Amino acid sequence: MKFGILINEGPFTHQASDTAYHFTKAALEKGHDVPRVFFYYDGVNNANKLSEPQADDRNLVKLWGQLAAEKNVDLVVCVAAGMRRGIKDENLADGFRISGLGQLVEAGMGCDRLMMFGD
Amino acid sequence: MAEYEFETEGVKKTFTFMNRKAPYGTVYALEVLETVLISAAFEQHANIVFADDGVYQLKAGHDTTGIGMKNFSPTFGIIEMEKEDADEDEDIDMVWRIIVEKESMEARGLTADDFKVEVEVLSAAELADIVDASDCVISG
Amino acid sequence: MLHTVNKSPFERNSLDTCLRLAKKGSAILLIEDGVIGAVKGTVQSAKIEGAVKDHPVFVLGPDLKARGLAEDQVIDGVKVVDYAGFVDLAEEHGTHSAWL
Repeated sequence: MKFGILINEGPFTHQASDTAYHFTKAALEKGHDVPRVFFYYDGVNNANKLSEPQADDRNLVKLWGQLAAEKNVDLVVCVAAGMRRGIKDENLADGFRISGLGQLVEAGMGCDRLMMFGD
Repeated sequence: MAEYEFETEGVKKTFTFMNRKAPYGTVYALEVLETVLISAAFEQHANIVFADDGVYQLKAGHDTTGIGMKNFSPTFGIIEMEKEDADEDEDIDMVWRIIVEKESMEARGLTADDFKVEVEVLSAAELADIVDASDCVISG
Repeated sequence: MLHTVNKSPFERNSLDTCLRLAKKGSAILLIEDGVIGAVKGTVQSAKIEGAVKDHPVFVLGPDLKARGLAEDQVIDGVKVVDYAGFVDLAEEHGTHSAWL
């Protein structure tokens, strides 16, 4: 089954991105496809390579990037939401790309399920 | 990273946009409306639903001059125009519904006359059927 | 349909609205702070005690554990699942609706 994932919160205020990450990993381990994760609202902050969590905390920016590299997940950051919050090509973490909101609608159209994680 | 290509040719789904938050205190309302407008480019069916404090998004007479924030209320005029185009143009295969949950509206002492655009007022039971029948639910 | 609720019923009305708008028979999964709604013996417990009569109700185990809540504190009829179980629920029950 194809799962599209929508994440609407950043890694440091809400649990949404953590839950989405564990869901995505579990889905991939079960043999499902997760072709695209779309980052919207403050979710764009998951793609900020300048973020430096403390050493004893998980680093979701890196974890998402690793998952993308290992499992070929397309991580898309909303261009408009990113511009407002200062997420641009200059500080975009590895594994992410910036594109339009149409990519979210396409994920909804092309996947069997669109799973939403927000606050 | 490899850009994934979805096969979307001829795909027609029903999206429900569930707006449950009051305007201006958070950004959720505005960004959901942006998604609604983008979905029009893909000619997808949409239920644009307002429940709980989300009904205040539709309230006529938003004046944000005192708080210095952008008044997004005019976006509803654009949504209403898109809906009218879809309703009237036979070449556009797209059904849009603007729905307010009756229980949420009445709990806040509002009536359909308080809203900026024309809406369908549906009971929770009627709305439950509509949400249940949709393919994608995007909430804000 | 699979409904998820991620807010405590002590904090927001998300669970109330979910229960009002979820069709009979659709599944409900409590995640994140939503797991507080699944706990026995609170002034909010009646909501989920009522919901299990009309819906299959689940709670995410890792979120319970993180908050110091044990599985034996969960309301009767609510099943505890892990993230793999969450994926199975999404596969089996159709469209996902997140009540935030």
